[in-house]
Amino acid sequence: MHGLINRAIQSFVCATYGRPCWQRVTDSAGLGFSEFEAMLTYDDAITTSLLDALSTELARPRPEIMEDVGTYLVSHPNTEALRRLLRFGGVTYVEFLHSLDDLADRVRLAVSDLSLPVLELQELSQTEFQLICGPGLPGYASAMVGVLRAMADDYGALVMLSHEGQQGEAEVISILLVESAFAEGRQFDLGARGA
Amino acid sequence: MTRMDDLAELLKTLCPMFLLVDQNGHILRVGPTLQKLRPDCVMEGQSFLDIFEMVRPRTVTTIPALMAMAGANLHLRFHDEPRTALKGLVAPLPGGEGAVINLSFGISILDAVRDYALTSADFSGTDLAIELLYLVEAKSAAMDASRSLNLRLQGAMLAAEEQAYTDTLTGVKNRRAMDSLLGQMIASNAPFAVMHIDLDYFKSVNDRLGHAAGDFVLQQAARIMIEETRDDDTVARIGGDEFVVIFQGLSNTDRLSAIADRLIERLNQPMRFQDKDCRISASIGTALSTHFDSPRAEDVLQASDLALYQAKREGRSCHRLYSTLLKAQS
Repeated sequence: MHGLINRAIQSFVCATYGRPCWQRVTDSAGLGFSEFEAMLTYDDAITTSLLDALSTELARPRPEIMEDVGTYLVSHPNTEALRRLLRFGGVTYVEFLHSLDDLADRVRLAVSDLSLPVLELQELSQTEFQLICGPGLPGYASAMVGVLRAMADDYGALVMLSHEGQQGEAEVISILLVESAFAEGRQFDLGARGA
Repeated sequence: MTRMDDLAELLKTLCPMFLLVDQNGHILRVGPTLQKLRPDCVMEGQSFLDIFEMVRPRTVTTIPALMAMAGANLHLRFHDEPRTALKGLVAPLPGGEGAVINLSFGISILDAVRDYALTSADFSGTDLAIELLYLVEAKSAAMDASRSLNLRLQGAMLAAEEQAYTDTLTGVKNRRAMDSLLGQMIASNAPFAVMHIDLDYFKSVNDRLGHAAGDFVLQQAARIMIEETRDDDTVARIGGDEFVVIFQGLSNTDRLSAIADRLIERLNQPMRFQDKDCRISASIGTALSTHFDSPRAEDVLQASDLALYQAKREGRSCHRLYSTLLKAQS
């Protein structure tokens, strides 16, 4: 598993539940270390036992935790760079949704050895969409629900999301756009790089 | 004029940084994004070359010369601040009525989006500007992560070196290794001898022939010490030109003296470095752990140091035993 993914989980746990909680989780997962390097690759089994230990520690199911990870990645100041990169996807929330088709390729442009599952947006009507999340990364669809929810806030859109579960190998998320300009949304200044 | 308006309307969508100029180079229409760069400047009616300066090719200073550059890559910038760099392309209108000049930022886009607060609406949908900005940010973020990993690895490497037992210049052991070995031998009560070797005239080689020559001499001296001692013995460089050899289980002073004499003889031979002879010699002092009832590492080292000092005082390039020193004193 790419270090960036492990690092994202580490960053989420430390920011949300504190450093001691993270230490307990890595101890009970038997990792033998507690710092993931974003730019190294780790064995997949490490991530699995890490998430199991986290689920036990927090007494919450894994999909719920992954959804929170997704929300954290978009909304926390620690990961502002990621929010900005996602906002490059489009001027409106619907444009952003369409840009998800290219997300895996965009990610590879930046970090060539990070391969994320394929996403495909299906437009059922102007306000109803389905996002098909390809296989390859357990929990990815749950994390995407969190990302989609937080990005809706970011754009000021009002949406209803539901994780519809498996459909063959893929997982499906339903998106209902209630109002595209519900709230003010957050600023996205193209030139605010590194600010 | 309606034809110009139609054309301007079309260009607004396709390339929002266009200019329409007449045959005399006077600006007729300006694209919305280009106008956004100079909100207070009425460009229409002004001469193109009054607002923009030609950077390359330099020879283009007149409107006819500019018109003749159809299809070529032009590099321009504003006459006034901020002097944003622009790329340009001239496409003459049919019938010699003037030309369309399309401008773009090129690499200056990174500064331009900041300086002019541009948004994605300022670029045409087919422009790669947004993708370029995305890529720059994504790559910077990835690079930052890599850089922080590199810094941590460098820190770990320094820490590892700090804990290492090897002198990186000569490949023999360092002072830390010597201290550790002496500690072990004292603890196990094993007899040993310490030979303290100081290179004479080393500083003069360093000063006259440079550090590279000095380093070479240290490496050669270390090699000679390794060659002249047994595999069980330990050679360590403990200071600039100071070496220590620890002989495990050896307390025969005749044998130690023979080794010391041989070392001095070999170290006295000139060493050839880049066509120059580096001449050094060695002073050596030796002490045995058996001189002490209950030896401590610092006692034996100190004793070898005293013997070395005696060797230096008696004209260098010689070997003295601590035991001889003791006898002379008593």
